[in-house]
Amino acid sequence: MSIVDRRVVITGLGAVTDLGVGVSALWDGLSTGRSGISTITAFEQSDEWTTTIAGEASDFDPSIVMTVPEARKADRVCQLGVAAAVEAATDSGIDFTSGDPYRRGVAIGSGIGGILTIEEHYERLLDKGPNRLSPFVVPKLMVNATSGHVSIKLNLRGCNTAVATACATGGHALADAFMMIQRGIVDVMLAGGAEAAVSSLCIAAFGAMKALSTRNDDPEAASRPFDRDRDGFVLAEGAAVLVLEDLEHAKARGARIYAELVGFGITGDAGHIAAPDSEGTGAGKAMEFSLASAGLNIEDVGYINSHGTSTPLGDSAEVAAVKRVFGEHAMSLAMSSTKSMTGHALGAAGGIESVACVKALQEGVLPPTINLENPDEGMDLDFVAGEAVERQVDVVINNTFGFGGHNVSLVFKRWTE
Amino acid sequence: MTEAEVEAKVVEIVAEQMGVEKDQVSRDTSFANDLNADSLDTVELVMEFEDEFDTSIPDDKAEQIQTVGQAIDYIVDAAKA
Repeated sequence: MSIVDRRVVITGLGAVTDLGVGVSALWDGLSTGRSGISTITAFEQSDEWTTTIAGEASDFDPSIVMTVPEARKADRVCQLGVAAAVEAATDSGIDFTSGDPYRRGVAIGSGIGGILTIEEHYERLLDKGPNRLSPFVVPKLMVNATSGHVSIKLNLRGCNTAVATACATGGHALADAFMMIQRGIVDVMLAGGAEAAVSSLCIAAFGAMKALSTRNDDPEAASRPFDRDRDGFVLAEGAAVLVLEDLEHAKARGARIYAELVGFGITGDAGHIAAPDSEGTGAGKAMEFSLASAGLNIEDVGYINSHGTSTPLGDSAEVAAVKRVFGEHAMSLAMSSTKSMTGHALGAAGGIESVACVKALQEGVLPPTINLENPDEGMDLDFVAGEAVERQVDVVINNTFGFGGHNVSLVFKRWTE
Repeated sequence: MTEAEVEAKVVEIVAEQMGVEKDQVSRDTSFANDLNADSLDTVELVMEFEDEFDTSIPDDKAEQIQTVGQAIDYIVDAAKA
């Protein structure tokens, strides 16, 4: 077997989201159609704020994975990411205290990084001048801090990287990790995304783009992908990390295998810095390339976890792309947006939704699109509206697209011996 | 502020910053050797002392402060000067 033929399986999962701490809380929320969106508690908002809702990981306490001094030196994005990574590492059953650490790596990205640290210390700079900043500002705010801390915590000495492609970050991180293992550079990767951007600057700045839902009086109904009354995405925080492992390495240690990551497609829109291509041209190509790389046909796909952020343009473009790429089969497959429940966790979304895909394959349950009451014109796919359905599918695609024109489609396959 | 009051406050700051109980911190406690403080931790501790005691500790003096006792002595002397 040549090195490029190495197969990559998922052997561990970890997540902290607005649906709760841990993968079981996430899946419980997704499979029962629960919303994690509520009124923002992270900072005070006056009447001037047009958006006052978000998905906050309010159950999260960093002391589950860090001492008090460690937590003080880590931005919330890193605290969330390390918690998800430790859960995934434990779940995998790998003993990270023994074995060759140069065969293990980490790729946990973030769209925005330590924005809460930036805000706090910029205020301090204005207030107290240039000589009163904590020496931990830089190691807290840098976008790669989570990978760095996870590398230290689990003694991962192979690849240590962090990608930042806005809302496609989690997808790119998993694709990078897949290639690292496929090509034999390492045997194990912890990969995913983390985000903690429920901050005044981010809410105001995304608000300036008219990107956010303003359905403040009904938070749980605000994220409504594909619905005719959708009015923007709901910002969320969270993190999710998957343990990717060389199949032979996993088999040799008798690992429990959740699913196989069989391919990916990556494209760039080369169009507008923030607006999606109205026909989803690049998004469609990413889906096509992902199936080609996996050696699969469009008919093999049973479920798509859509990017589906609940923005008017983005949802339409994605549906157009799916219809064009899948043709008649588009009407047979199911496509839901779990962001209807979690909101949009930016760089963490690709990780969170990959966990959702893996659980869907493992449990034989497709998570729903909640709040989809009146599908918009032309939105006539099976969006699993309202409630989860029991359906065992074999191949799923996870779409993640980002500002900057980044498109990533990952293909996961049900694990069978 | 009396020396005892300075000591109590310094011990409180060190315990808080380094995540240890106050009874684990005494005048003889070395930031690096006993509390695993790295150079960035020490910079931050000195800054906390400066803020709390409204004093300025120059870098060359800060480098000489390796123990809790040395910090207390510097702060007490600075207040007298």
